Amino acid sequence: MLSRIAERMYWMARYLERVESTARLVKVYANLLMDLPQEIDIGWYNLVVLNSGTENFAKRYKNRDERNVVKFMLADEHNPGSLGSALVMARENIRTSRDALPVETWEMINDLSIYARANMKRGVNRRHRQKFLDTMIGGVQQINGLLNGNMSHDAAWQFMRLGRNLERADMTTRSLDAAASVLMRAGADTSANLNEIVWGNMLSSLSAYHPYRRSMRTSIAGAPVARYLLEDTSFPRAVGFCMVHIHHACTHLPRAEPVVERLSDVGQRAFGGFDYADLSEPFRDYLNTMQLHLADLHGAIEANWFELRDA
Amino acid sequence: MGIDWSLYDPGELYDELISSPGYPRRPALKLASYLKSLSLKQLDARRKLAEATLEQMGVTFSVYTGEQNIDRVWPFDIIPRVISAQHWARTAEGLKQRLTALNMFINDLYHDQEVIRDGIVPAHLIENSKDFNPACMGITPPYGVWANICGTDLVRDKDGQFYVLEDNLRVPSGVAYMLENRAVTKRVFPELFEGDRILPVDDYPSKLFDMLASLSPRGDSSPSIVVLTPGIFNSAYFEHAFLAQKMGVELVEGADLVVEDDDCVYMRTISGLERVDVIYRRVNDLFLDPEVFHKDSLLGVAGLMRAWRAGNVGLANAPGAGVADDKVVYAYVPSIIKYYLNEAPIIANVETWLCDDEEQRAYVLAHLSELVVKPANESGGYGILIGPHASKRELAQFAKLIVEHPRNYIAQPTLSLSTAPTLVERTGQPEPRHLDLRPFILQSNDTYVTTGGLTRVAMRKGSLVVNSSQGGGSKDTWIVDSEAQ
Repeated sequence: MLSRIAERMYWMARYLERVESTARLVKVYANLLMDLPQEIDIGWYNLVVLNSGTENFAKRYKNRDERNVVKFMLADEHNPGSLGSALVMARENIRTSRDALPVETWEMINDLSIYARANMKRGVNRRHRQKFLDTMIGGVQQINGLLNGNMSHDAAWQFMRLGRNLERADMTTRSLDAAASVLMRAGADTSANLNEIVWGNMLSSLSAYHPYRRSMRTSIAGAPVARYLLEDTSFPRAVGFCMVHIHHACTHLPRAEPVVERLSDVGQRAFGGFDYADLSEPFRDYLNTMQLHLADLHGAIEANWFELRDA
Repeated sequence: MGIDWSLYDPGELYDELISSPGYPRRPALKLASYLKSLSLKQLDARRKLAEATLEQMGVTFSVYTGEQNIDRVWPFDIIPRVISAQHWARTAEGLKQRLTALNMFINDLYHDQEVIRDGIVPAHLIENSKDFNPACMGITPPYGVWANICGTDLVRDKDGQFYVLEDNLRVPSGVAYMLENRAVTKRVFPELFEGDRILPVDDYPSKLFDMLASLSPRGDSSPSIVVLTPGIFNSAYFEHAFLAQKMGVELVEGADLVVEDDDCVYMRTISGLERVDVIYRRVNDLFLDPEVFHKDSLLGVAGLMRAWRAGNVGLANAPGAGVADDKVVYAYVPSIIKYYLNEAPIIANVETWLCDDEEQRAYVLAHLSELVVKPANESGGYGILIGPHASKRELAQFAKLIVEHPRNYIAQPTLSLSTAPTLVERTGQPEPRHLDLRPFILQSNDTYVTTGGLTRVAMRKGSLVVNSSQGGGSKDTWIVDSEAQ
């Protein structure tokens, strides 16, 4: 397959994943804020911080209130990290690689884009937000379902798998970082109850609550949750799972050696090497390093397959 | 209250559906009475459904507005245009005849030029043509066919006969819209397909694939075929992607291809370079190969002409085919058909005056306000003068242009293009609107004509301009076999 199409498949999957994870994040954050004790000073703006959007946010907003933050996260077309921007980019990648995808992919992304355009305002508005976000999540899942069920699992599909899993791994490390930072800001007040609320919501944001319960058979606390989301190889949003699947995708692609090599570096960081005893600064540093490794892995994929060179 | 056909008056014009107020033509009987059975409100609901369906299907075309490139939803009128199967069969024969003769003509021009020696067409026709490509001399593409894909524009005059308005032999577009129009109509009026025997159009992508495969130099059973697009900013990008997808072939851009020292074309894939056998190119001749044509073209592939001349890659259409897609050559097509096939043309030309000829030019200049003047070499409806609708200044401007560059212009009578009922959004009622028809013809070792074609309709009252870039819309085209019922 063409390098150019491979790249578009990869980015399409990443952007679709971003649409879904942003919707999940906003949804869970609202839930979390309702449960946090009033005296803890964590507001909506934390969401902007966690998504590395502070600079961009400051350019256009003064008030760091719920409305502005949600608008920034969902509807803002000047924010390249917003749900709306990710959706536009996903559609653009599909539009320019339609020859490699099932026909319905194009129709589904159009449907979702039409809905998003018509309802974006309602999505920002608190009363209708839930419905809007659920439709976004459902729309992406429908497309992923179509691609899994109707598309030949050929090279194009393997590149989507690379993109999706890399994006998921990245998102999971960010979510863990988010939880750790909330608890650190709460400081000494971290009662067992607050711990459970934060980690529980974080699990929910990744649809991991139920799977965690079933496979870990333990109560919700920082260390087992972090271990689960980094090391588990059965749950699709756990970093361990993502790494296994990236590796598996590579074995189905030509000339994969340089990427596989890089992958084993990241793998060594993800599995073991951290004891989860202290989930404050050291844990956040650990996550940060992991994100850098993931960025590195992306670079390896790009250099190996996408860059147009005479082979 | 539904449509009252007795209030629909096509006047002096030939209407495709209604012969005179209250009287639908035979192939359109069922359609007209069905439409009448719907209330205007129901009809409007169907119109909206069609619009939403097109948006969902993502059927768009791009419009250039200076810096910006806007993707617009394809304008579509839900009332189909109906043609009887008998009439169509004869028309299709005429289209095959015409393309066969044109291909023999092009092949002759690039070899012995007997047609000129025998005095059928004047030599200056080639000498001055900007589409005549000397780099093609002596080459014989597979089956001697240069224009493998042709989109011929047909119009019906007052007499109800089809006339050829122009032959598009370079990179004709519109076939994807023809297929999507049918897909939309099936969703909007599913019940109509039970009553009438409407001939299907969906076989086009397979026929296109077969035709392209027949051009493969390696002659193997699974050739590597690609569609070469100028890119996402091209107004027909939607169609390029659509056809690539329907045929299951790669859609490539110039940068994806490379010609190596062995004069073969390769595409850059994730496993390295992969040989390409046939290219359905949607890039114009001039941009095709920077080694030969525009040196700074980024759309083409350096060395492509080399590879084609060496016979290592099939190109559809062949470079240089555009020489016969010229409004001056057009005037000679009836003689060309007679010369090569010894047959009378089945479909007539529209009467044409060549401004290059002194006598004819004098007539044109004297009758400018009654005529349509066209540049010999433009497409998309640009640079046309429609005499009866033109201002004094425009007339004077064209008169000057014609005197200065007579070779560049032809003139034709203002045709009374046929009409068909078209829903007008404001009233919800149908009114007559002018239309044309673009069937597509494929030719290699065999010739195929689409069942009907793309009907384009001028959505504005009285307008004769059907181009989508200038406010035109389209309709589904039905070839109805009323004998079979």
